[in-house]
Amino acid sequence: MKTILYIIQKEFKQIFRNKGMLPIIFVLPIFQLVILSNAATFEVKNIKFGYIDSDHTATSRALIEKFNASTYFNVLTDFPSEALASAAMLKGEVDVLLEIPNYFERDLQKEKQNSLGVTINAIDGAAAGVEKVYVTQIVQRFNQSIKVDLLQVSDKQIQPIAIETIPLFWYNKTLNYKTFMVPGILVLLVTMITLFLSGMNIVREKEIGTLEQINVTPIKKSQFIIGKLFPFWVIGMGLLTVGLILAKVIFNIPMIGSLPLLYLYTSIYILVILGIGLFISNFTDTQQQAMFIAWFFTVIFILMSGLFTPIESMPKWAQTLTEFNPIRYFVEVMRMVMLKGSGFKDILPQLLKTAIYAFVMNALAVWSYKKTN
Amino acid sequence: MDNNTVIQVEGLTKMYGDFAAVDAITFDVKKGEIFGFLGANGAGKTTAMKMLIGISKPTAGKAQVAGFDVYKQAENIKKSIGYMSQKFALYDDLTVKENITFFGGIYGLSRKRIKEKIAILLEELGLEDVSDQLVGALPLGWKQKLSFSVSLIHDPKIVFLDEPTGGVDPITRRQFWEMIYKAAHQGTTVFVTTHYMDEAEYCDRVSIMVNGKIEALDTPKKLKAQFQVDNMNDVFLKLARG
Amino acid sequence: MKRFIGFIKKEFYHIFRDKRSLFILFGMPIAQIMLFGFAITNEINNVDIAVLDHSKGATTTEIINKISASKYFSISQFINKESDIETIFKKGKVKAVLNFEKGFSKNLIKDHKATIQIITDATDPNTANTVSNYVNAILQQYQKELNKDIAITYQIVPQTRMVYNPELKSVYMFVPGVMTIILMLVSAMMTSISITREKELGTMEILLVSPIKPIQVIVGKVFPYIFLSIINATVIVLLSIFIFKMPVQGSLILLGFESVLFIITALALGILISTISATQQTAMMISLMGLMLPVILLSGFIFPISSMPLPLQIISNIIPAKWFIIIIKGIMLKGVGLQYLWKETLILIGMTIFYIGLSVKKYKIRLE
Repeated sequence: MKTILYIIQKEFKQIFRNKGMLPIIFVLPIFQLVILSNAATFEVKNIKFGYIDSDHTATSRALIEKFNASTYFNVLTDFPSEALASAAMLKGEVDVLLEIPNYFERDLQKEKQNSLGVTINAIDGAAAGVEKVYVTQIVQRFNQSIKVDLLQVSDKQIQPIAIETIPLFWYNKTLNYKTFMVPGILVLLVTMITLFLSGMNIVREKEIGTLEQINVTPIKKSQFIIGKLFPFWVIGMGLLTVGLILAKVIFNIPMIGSLPLLYLYTSIYILVILGIGLFISNFTDTQQQAMFIAWFFTVIFILMSGLFTPIESMPKWAQTLTEFNPIRYFVEVMRMVMLKGSGFKDILPQLLKTAIYAFVMNALAVWSYKKTN
Repeated sequence: MDNNTVIQVEGLTKMYGDFAAVDAITFDVKKGEIFGFLGANGAGKTTAMKMLIGISKPTAGKAQVAGFDVYKQAENIKKSIGYMSQKFALYDDLTVKENITFFGGIYGLSRKRIKEKIAILLEELGLEDVSDQLVGALPLGWKQKLSFSVSLIHDPKIVFLDEPTGGVDPITRRQFWEMIYKAAHQGTTVFVTTHYMDEAEYCDRVSIMVNGKIEALDTPKKLKAQFQVDNMNDVFLKLARG
Repeated sequence: MKRFIGFIKKEFYHIFRDKRSLFILFGMPIAQIMLFGFAITNEINNVDIAVLDHSKGATTTEIINKISASKYFSISQFINKESDIETIFKKGKVKAVLNFEKGFSKNLIKDHKATIQIITDATDPNTANTVSNYVNAILQQYQKELNKDIAITYQIVPQTRMVYNPELKSVYMFVPGVMTIILMLVSAMMTSISITREKELGTMEILLVSPIKPIQVIVGKVFPYIFLSIINATVIVLLSIFIFKMPVQGSLILLGFESVLFIITALALGILISTISATQQTAMMISLMGLMLPVILLSGFIFPISSMPLPLQIISNIIPAKWFIIIIKGIMLKGVGLQYLWKETLILIGMTIFYIGLSVKKYKIRLE
């Protein structure tokens, strides 16, 4: 036990003495949490909207005015010709283009029915889907308004059947994206810092030759590893704490569930990451290799975690793969506990899987660390 | 193994694929001896030493260090030996005092004992003034002396030195050998590799390795007589050229 | 010149001898693009929905069948009381609950009016909103069917045409992004590490006192990575064409040229990082921590830049990845040429010159 304390002491001294690293460990993550959380939104707004009005009538102008009034669209330009409009589309200056044909008003009054051309840049398929919904909604509302304006109260009809839907958004009434993203990005930052630092740590001593000096001492493997990893565990927990405070103070993210439960889970989770880091460290000869492998797994873990894109939309095999992704569990737990107030029983599956993961990874790490070769 | 033998090696071999880096070497080292382990670069000195200090598993042969078997009791060996590597292996980003404290700590010395050791070592090395400086900022000679002291911090029975004087000036080398003598005088067995042949003269006995094999082993005096030359340099040249 | 070629050879040896890094360098980008190309999508599919049906009539059954027939949803359970909603939401699997009011079917027949609540777990606002909209759309369709005998007057129908990606595949969105993030991180990280490594091991000094000029040292170090990154880019483009069926509407040559440009930009950034970091550790942490999240989040890879707050939209302009993503999408999906992309191209060139200029300046200061 005393031996471990000496190692811990040494590691802390080395961390705090490395002036180049300190800001990267402590300032950069905080900075990113505060700034980047604002970037992660799937909301579709400020849509670049253009139109070609070949009709030039009161009806066509009224319709365009509807788009102008919508908060989703930035009505950009009135294109005199189709050629100019499609050039603007190619340049990326317009994403949604509305074409009102000749004799639009006349035909509408005559036929009581008419169609409009809408062209949507669909490279971002999801956004295009949403844009289509917005356009349809605006046009439907316009339909209703002309009904009132133009329709003579002549033919009495039977009351149409109406199903009234009431959407209720629980836990996040205003559909605020930051509520969703801040806990997730905090997970990433805690993970990245602890993984990169622990992944580099032992391989670094290998590279500068000090590991050999350690290996000729009678120190036990487990003592050495615990001593090495404990400081990173503390850093991870510290980062979580600062992140949670910022989430509350700056973003006003609710903390509905139990804080001790969150800390309990995180304390186990960080062990998983440290185990992975150490395992990578043991299997590589240079820091460069170690970081490259760590980078590879981080990118996969991040993008397959359900943090940015929903897991249930992935194909089945990919969903199975995410079962082996520790970040996935942390993201889930963080959101469940903070935003919904899920309790111990609710997160028990995640907690158990994480604990098993932690055990396996650390067993592998200790096993693969060889004092003798 | 009698009480006086602290290292006993028989047919020790390390293979890398088909290549025998250490080819069935046999020798023993007596308590309190300064044993010189000579050879050209790449002769297999460091590989042999790493097997003796328990960080590399031999391919074949037998070896006992401080009464422990290198195969099964490597961790026990580590308690009884000190090691100073060829490459400087203390922490550049810790101070002199912190390095001593750290290694004292992992060898299981008590806080009190570490304090005493720091005082003694700093005085011996004349490093009192720089005890709070980062080791990285010290000149190489001082670093080497510090590494040597650190390898003796737990009063080991045997200390292994791998080319301890590589790259240092003649005066420091001289001081270094005085430290080695002092340690030997206090009963520590010293196992030292070097390729400075003048240093070989300071050893009680030397072995000369060529291509993984020990080609000669005796006191410097007897070796010179055997090869009919006046210095160890010539002994070495005769052997190395075959 | 001969010396310089010798030096480049040495760099190639370094890379090719290290089998493990080589494997990572080539294998991992391929693995990543395959994985992400198939797995990542921001569409909504198979969302678990629970039903709380107080009415249990023919109409509700019909509605439930319609919803479970949609590929977006799967009805995973039926609950009996309001308080169960909280419980299942807390478990996390079910994302929405349909709550039919008491006597839904009866009301619909008698009063021509009935109410249904769509309760969503809005911790994920995107899923919640989309689910809500989709359910609503299904219900409206159903309502229309019920009303089909009643003529509805004045109907303007938007005829929507989805251009550049008519099937709305999310692969089209993500492959350019993944390609960018791989090229960016591989190039920037590998160069910054390999240069700082020489510094740390002290071999940089040896190179600098040799008759090779410092600029040659840097170019020599970077050159193999340009080569490797070009291979990587080629493989990724081939995969996206043959595996993911991405079209290349524009010129393949232009795409190649722009990719080389972007690789050089990333390498220049790597050089800049190496001049400001003393150890490999610092270089790595800057390129990983400093680049990974901004590249993922601010480049338009996943999240639309136009929806971000204005300050972030401005910041996104300094992310080289943003411009490269616009370029790839432009060439591959829209089929445009330089006449549309000259601005983005010039920006990348400008960034490259800026990074190199800054590196040279930093470098000189250090030597003095």
